[in-house]
Amino acid sequence: MTPLIASLQGVGVLGPGFDNWACTAAILRHEAAYQALATLLPAPGVLPSAERRRAGRIIKLALAVGAEALAQAGADARTLPTVFSSSGGDGDNCHEICMTLASEDRQISPTRFHNSVHNAASGYWSIAYGCTRPSTSLCAGDASFGAGLLEAMAQLACGAESVMVLAYDADYPQPLRATRAIPDAFAIALLLAPAQSERALAQLQLELVGESPTTLNDPQLEALRLSIPAARGLPLLESLALRRAAVVYLDYLDSTRLAIGVSV
Amino acid sequence: MLAAMSPAVPLQLTRFTATSCLGSGLASSRAALEQQRSGLAPCRFESARLDTYIGEVPGVDDVKLPSRLQRFDCRNNRLALLGLQQDNFEAAVRTSAARWGHRRVGVFLGTSTSGILSTEIAFRRLDPVTGALPGDFHYLGSHNSFSLVDFVRRYLELEGPAGTVCTACSSSAKVFATAQRLIALDLIDAALVGGVDSLCLTTLYGFHSLQLTSAAPCRPFDAARDGLSIGEAAAYALLERVPGSNAEPDSIRLLGVGESSDAYHMSSPHPEGTGARSAMQAALTAAHATPAEIDYINLHGTGTPSNDSAEDRAVTALFGAATPCSSTKGATGHALGAAGALEAVLCALTLQSGLMPGGLNTRQQDPRLKVNYLTANRRAPVRRVLSNSFGFGGANCALLFGRAA
Repeated sequence: MTPLIASLQGVGVLGPGFDNWACTAAILRHEAAYQALATLLPAPGVLPSAERRRAGRIIKLALAVGAEALAQAGADARTLPTVFSSSGGDGDNCHEICMTLASEDRQISPTRFHNSVHNAASGYWSIAYGCTRPSTSLCAGDASFGAGLLEAMAQLACGAESVMVLAYDADYPQPLRATRAIPDAFAIALLLAPAQSERALAQLQLELVGESPTTLNDPQLEALRLSIPAARGLPLLESLALRRAAVVYLDYLDSTRLAIGVSV
Repeated sequence: MLAAMSPAVPLQLTRFTATSCLGSGLASSRAALEQQRSGLAPCRFESARLDTYIGEVPGVDDVKLPSRLQRFDCRNNRLALLGLQQDNFEAAVRTSAARWGHRRVGVFLGTSTSGILSTEIAFRRLDPVTGALPGDFHYLGSHNSFSLVDFVRRYLELEGPAGTVCTACSSSAKVFATAQRLIALDLIDAALVGGVDSLCLTTLYGFHSLQLTSAAPCRPFDAARDGLSIGEAAAYALLERVPGSNAEPDSIRLLGVGESSDAYHMSSPHPEGTGARSAMQAALTAAHATPAEIDYINLHGTGTPSNDSAEDRAVTALFGAATPCSSTKGATGHALGAAGALEAVLCALTLQSGLMPGGLNTRQQDPRLKVNYLTANRRAPVRRVLSNSFGFGGANCALLFGRAA
């Protein structure tokens, strides 16, 4: 295969102890200590009030990282195709639906039902920004970060002028939490443009390989990488934070990895 | 202008198959369409107590997964396996993998609810003391949306790029776009695409809560239409490049895919159908086709008042009122995440046979709807067809298929 190439225009991050990209970069450069505080989800100010009331944690999470990447790049969301990728979608909403369906009165709320679709975050995003461009929503379990990045870079290589990819996962409440132990909410958004675009934070080159995944030295961060599918992208963020040319190997399916060549 | 995200690489549907309430495999689908037979029946599914009709696939509960893949056992994956075993489809995929290599065959399937039925049932069996789920419940093998692709890849021993597309009712239409791009970029040589979605209480009670299910078999485009009938299906296609030589003269080609977002409402289409229209336009552009070159449109046509009205506006704005079209959901029900792939396969049958299926249950077309809606079967040479799929969240996709000759 010919490597897929892109220039990175903006980054958004949110997770336990990660409030934004600047704070995350400082931690990954070891300039600031990592503190595993619960993820703080901001209210999605970009949504109309009716949708804002209906937005659960997963929507707030995806919209927050997307907004950060947009702002960093100074991009117009209306012109951007999007790729949303998540392992589990809205766990709180799913729990409530399953509890209601297991009860005598099975009448689930219409809002809960339309929020149950895996592409809910994409729907809210398009409404928030008035974006009518194509959007897809993927799930590849623990490989969801890699699946989203591959899809976005493939769209660029096929002629899209820029693409936003958002990988995001949040924890389930019990009892599902015991069967899918995602500890907290975590998300990464990357705004990608064709290679050699102006104002790029870095150039990225993607290939499918069989190498072992790049791990993180800090045991807490490595545990985070392994426990939340969206956090499988942390080694890429570390490379960006260090502003060093490198190749990182991100988990994808089974023994396949995404080799991401980063040049700054 | 929309970006050229649907690359012009001629792809063929080397093999395809569909299993729905019309029956397992293409022969029963063909026969049902020719006889104008619907597979819809009053809802007796599981413990559902709802006054509605559904399209249930017979025999799903009898399907046995191989013992090495027991952790994937759920209704959705049983339906997935039943579908793979029709029309020598499984053998065609294995032949393709042997030819191209297991890492060069991708798997992209759509679903909306995967195996969530297993979770719904498990929630009735929570431990009365601890509240824990029963020990035989496997979240990743059933409920998680990736379970479907994970199971199919392992069953067929495929190792190429893969993922589940979950854009509600356009899921298994959008898989064609993803696969087309990866083949165009030479990341893979072939892709197993399709959709599998199975009946569950979330969708039955969910659409009921939105007052979108009909108490009668759905009547798309009828003046008295009052909602949809939920169905289930497993439908697949094996996509490969058109060979430079020895191309089969009558093979079915994927000519273009168009995608758009409504940016309007989570569960209602834009009333003017603007998103639907731009998806159809994008498919035409990708295929270098004009509206006049489309011989038949398989409508999304759910039978809800708002969908059919918006789709009618979109279709007539782009095609005028002459192009023959129909919804096959009166026969199959709305297979949700599998609808895109199911209707893609029905379109392939139309291209092969020239049979444009008349929409069932529609007695009198709504006079406010202007499309040329077929209620009787029509036979004519058919060279190019369009298939529409629109999902919650405003996720639209149109697929354009054609015959080589």
